[in-house]
Amino acid sequence: MTRQEILDELKKVLAPYTADKEALAKVDENTDLIKDLKINSANLVDIIIDAESKYNIEIDYDSADRMTNVGSCIDVISEKMGQGQV
Amino acid sequence: MSKRVVVTGLGVVSPNGVGIPDFLNAIQNGVSGIRFMPMYEELKFSCQVAGMPLFDWEGLKNYISEVSFYGLKARGIGYGLQAALDAWTDAGNAIESDETDWDTGCIFGNSIADTEAMKNVISRVDNKEVKKLGSRVVEQAMNSGVTSYISGRLGLGNKVITNSAACATGTQAILMGYEYIKHGYAKRMLVGSTEHVDTYVFGAFDSMRVLSRKFNDQPERASRPMSVTAGGFIPGSGSAALVLEDLDYAIARGAKIYAEVLGGSTNSGGQRGGGSMTAPAPAGVIRCIEESIRLAGIKPEQIDLISGHLTATLADKFEIQNWSTALKRAGDDFPFVNSMKSMIGHSLSAAGSIESVAAILQMEHGFVHPNINLEDPNPEITNIIGNNCLPTTIIKTDVNIVAKANFGFGDVNSCLIFSKINN
Repeated sequence: MTRQEILDELKKVLAPYTADKEALAKVDENTDLIKDLKINSANLVDIIIDAESKYNIEIDYDSADRMTNVGSCIDVISEKMGQGQV
Repeated sequence: MSKRVVVTGLGVVSPNGVGIPDFLNAIQNGVSGIRFMPMYEELKFSCQVAGMPLFDWEGLKNYISEVSFYGLKARGIGYGLQAALDAWTDAGNAIESDETDWDTGCIFGNSIADTEAMKNVISRVDNKEVKKLGSRVVEQAMNSGVTSYISGRLGLGNKVITNSAACATGTQAILMGYEYIKHGYAKRMLVGSTEHVDTYVFGAFDSMRVLSRKFNDQPERASRPMSVTAGGFIPGSGSAALVLEDLDYAIARGAKIYAEVLGGSTNSGGQRGGGSMTAPAPAGVIRCIEESIRLAGIKPEQIDLISGHLTATLADKFEIQNWSTALKRAGDDFPFVNSMKSMIGHSLSAAGSIESVAAILQMEHGFVHPNINLEDPNPEITNIIGNNCLPTTIIKTDVNIVAKANFGFGDVNSCLIFSKINN
């Protein structure tokens, strides 16, 4: 999967957790989950669980801590999918 | 100086009607909300009928944000949210607010939070999948879940309390809200109670052999308070909510006033003198009713209607005896008596608030709702009070004062006196 493909899929994972649909439509790699998408920090764990099940991967605690913006989410997901940096 | 407390908003999710217009129509026409539950037959329950609201779960999206709706599973919280927000808008208030409302609090009760949520926790933990539980479980498994959702949605900043007193919960929540306003601690209290009786809670009652089991093929006839053929209660689910308000505050904002809360009492018989975990001590019940009347500043002769607890068990006749003793009235010189449970069953913690909403609607619209399924009144009851006090069809009449009581496991009693607003 390319970074763009992961980003397109990730938008679907993030959708239920943000009320700001305009911000979601405009996401790029620099979009911050909490500051830009106004996601409740408690929901980050739900996003990780949903991502694990969507991509059939396991995200450990240290990797999860890195997932603060869209770019770092894509980094972690592609790493865990065994694709390394894409 | 103590304040007068009035009711300015109502909301309800009942097995026989969701929303005030449907509920009003149902209680005027004696519409039953008891339905056959095929799953209960499969589970080998003795009682296979229940009072279940026809609730549009997706409709909750009109009440809370999509983000909040996504992941909400606890039905009791859903019922409570809808009833509370309906009451809030009925009282003429806006839902959206950016500021905390420090003058308004919330007291909402339930018996059991959500066993479906706990079932998810138990199976995930047992399967070594704890990491998959996510962030939304605790808020729905905690008893204060319903008050947290309601107060958070509306920005309520006064006392936010979750009460639990088994079947006395709903009336007790209203009483507590009334007392806070009366003593000047709050201007408004959004009060009520909710209950979702799922299969696990239902099963626990079924095993106690206190549920009606002889009318599984005729669900609408299954809940039979005060009748010879009363064979136990029918569990029900639902919620109701009331906006209570300082009279001056209500007048100042031009609010519609449904009724006044004149007073009330909550106590316990101490599980002595005939009282136990499951049965109320007569002395406690009588004292609770007497104290409510005294604190309300009325005389027993002024009571037009008793909205009883009256679940359709052996306790019905003792309850009528207790009312008669407390009011020092008997025979035909007795208020009308009705039991909402004949139509909707017994919704445990939600009973008191649903029945209080029914009591207020009867005053507002000038009627006494029928006791359905009372073709065969128990002579042990009609030996105490006249047959005419037990309407089986709607009676159109002025109702000025209603006494509403509920009695719960743990020998806990709660009683309220509602009145039409005078002067």
